[in-house]
Amino acid sequence: MTTQAAQTATTTATARRAVPPIPTSRIVGVELRKMFDTRSGFWLLLSIGVLSVVATAAAIVFAPERSLSYETLTTALGFPMTLLLPMIAILAVTSEWSQRSGLTTFTLVPSRGRVIGAKAIATIVVGIVSMLVAFTIGAVGNVVGSALAGDDAVWNIGPAHAAQIVLGDLVGMAIGFTLGVVLRSSAAAIVGYFVLSFVLSGILLLLAQVREGFTDLQPWLDWNHTQVVLFEGETSSVQEWVQLAATTMLWIVVPLVVGLVLLRRSEVK
Amino acid sequence: MITVDHLTKRYRGATAVDDVSFAARPGRVTGFLGPNGAGKSTTMRVMVGLSPATSGHVEVLGGRYADLPNPGLAIGVLLDASAQHAGRTGREVLTIAARTMGLPTSRVPEMLRRVSLTETEGDGRIRNYSLGMRQRLGIATALIGDPEVLILDEPANGLDPAGIRWMRDLLRDFADQGGTVLLSSHLLHEIEVVADDLVVIGNGRIVAQGSKQDLLSTAGTVVSSADDTRLAGALADAGISASPSGGGSLHTPADPHLVGRIALAAGIALTELRSADSAGLEEMFLELTAESQRDGNVPEGGAAA
Repeated sequence: MTTQAAQTATTTATARRAVPPIPTSRIVGVELRKMFDTRSGFWLLLSIGVLSVVATAAAIVFAPERSLSYETLTTALGFPMTLLLPMIAILAVTSEWSQRSGLTTFTLVPSRGRVIGAKAIATIVVGIVSMLVAFTIGAVGNVVGSALAGDDAVWNIGPAHAAQIVLGDLVGMAIGFTLGVVLRSSAAAIVGYFVLSFVLSGILLLLAQVREGFTDLQPWLDWNHTQVVLFEGETSSVQEWVQLAATTMLWIVVPLVVGLVLLRRSEVK
Repeated sequence: MITVDHLTKRYRGATAVDDVSFAARPGRVTGFLGPNGAGKSTTMRVMVGLSPATSGHVEVLGGRYADLPNPGLAIGVLLDASAQHAGRTGREVLTIAARTMGLPTSRVPEMLRRVSLTETEGDGRIRNYSLGMRQRLGIATALIGDPEVLILDEPANGLDPAGIRWMRDLLRDFADQGGTVLLSSHLLHEIEVVADDLVVIGNGRIVAQGSKQDLLSTAGTVVSSADDTRLAGALADAGISASPSGGGSLHTPADPHLVGRIALAAGIALTELRSADSAGLEEMFLELTAESQRDGNVPEGGAAA
């Protein structure tokens, strides 16, 4: 028995050395695939494309005469994006718990931090690609729409503004991702996102109206506020960037770190 | 090889696993037996790092599970066949596993065939799978990395008799080729055919462990006669306890040879006399785990033993 055990130990040690660890790129690839290989994931992705086209068409049809511009279109495109992208971010995390597939995921990759990190990268990739698609659809819409109206297309969104819009949507996704990590339940995280993005901003706005001192404080606390400034492409001064950093720290970084610590210690059932 | 060393797991005061130690060896099928809630699944979850241990530790293949560079290639795990995204196809679940492990996706149809799922079934979504199909898919996921060790929690659940037979053969082959198999069940007869070693757990504690032969030889005798009441009396006079074991026969811890002699001496005609084997093991299992039985289903007279 002892020799047998010793033998097993040696062969095992060899096996352990011989097998290379799972590269992060592979985990990212798998996580990216998992975001869209279910029916719900597929429709969520498809609806981004479909709703972008619908929003663009609606903007062309309903825009008052001579007011169609690239900005009008990107604003119209912004609605489906700010709604759908955070949902994709939430489900990327929570489905492991709500659908219990985490049992397999975390058995195949025991480092939960790596899995969540891979999910974060995959989420950012999806966000950026979706935004590029939306900008492209908007650009086509702008060309077609102005041709229909017989005007020259108005290109009034510069690269800097476009980058801020992308950043704004990534902020929304990060909020969703954070909620997913903290709550680890699809339903709770989705409700949580609507509370944070609609109810909370309303409360903070109300507070700002009632308490005068709060008006100055609001941009430092309200992530919705800093996100809207990004969408408008008006985050320019140092103070505005610091405010963005402050709301990001408060609503994303701190809860994400706490959530990650809890997630790594939690039971996967 | 799996070594569980003084493992304890507590949840807010409740002890799910209490100082459990055992080993599952290469080339052998180890049956992990216990009633529902005895701590089998908890032990297995700690084994693969899904739950942290309160104290003690588990080694798989000579190290911690979490330190394995690519666990799927070393250990095949099936903890809960229903724990899969309902909207994914069976084929997709296997593809994800294969990709994570870095295996060619040609392994996927191969594994579907291995667990007797048809191509059409493989393309179906898991929400439409029967429990038996989920178990087959789970076993395919466990086997896809060609591991040395299998850890399976209640894999026979939901399988039909032919499926159970198929799984037994599969596990037997796996062990015969030098693999280590640990499989849990709350039904003795489900694993006694295939298991070489048994670990019986009740209420979070190990109540018996050893090779199946050793456990069976201590299982006692089943005896029936024209007059069981008199027989029981004769046995009691000889200082041997006996309890009704169902089907109109008596079960006693004494060996058949002795029981036969006592019956002869008392002039009682026996209609059956045999070593208890599985029936006895079942009895023992019920007795040993009686404390943790939810419905207090203690076999009659069993408490006296």
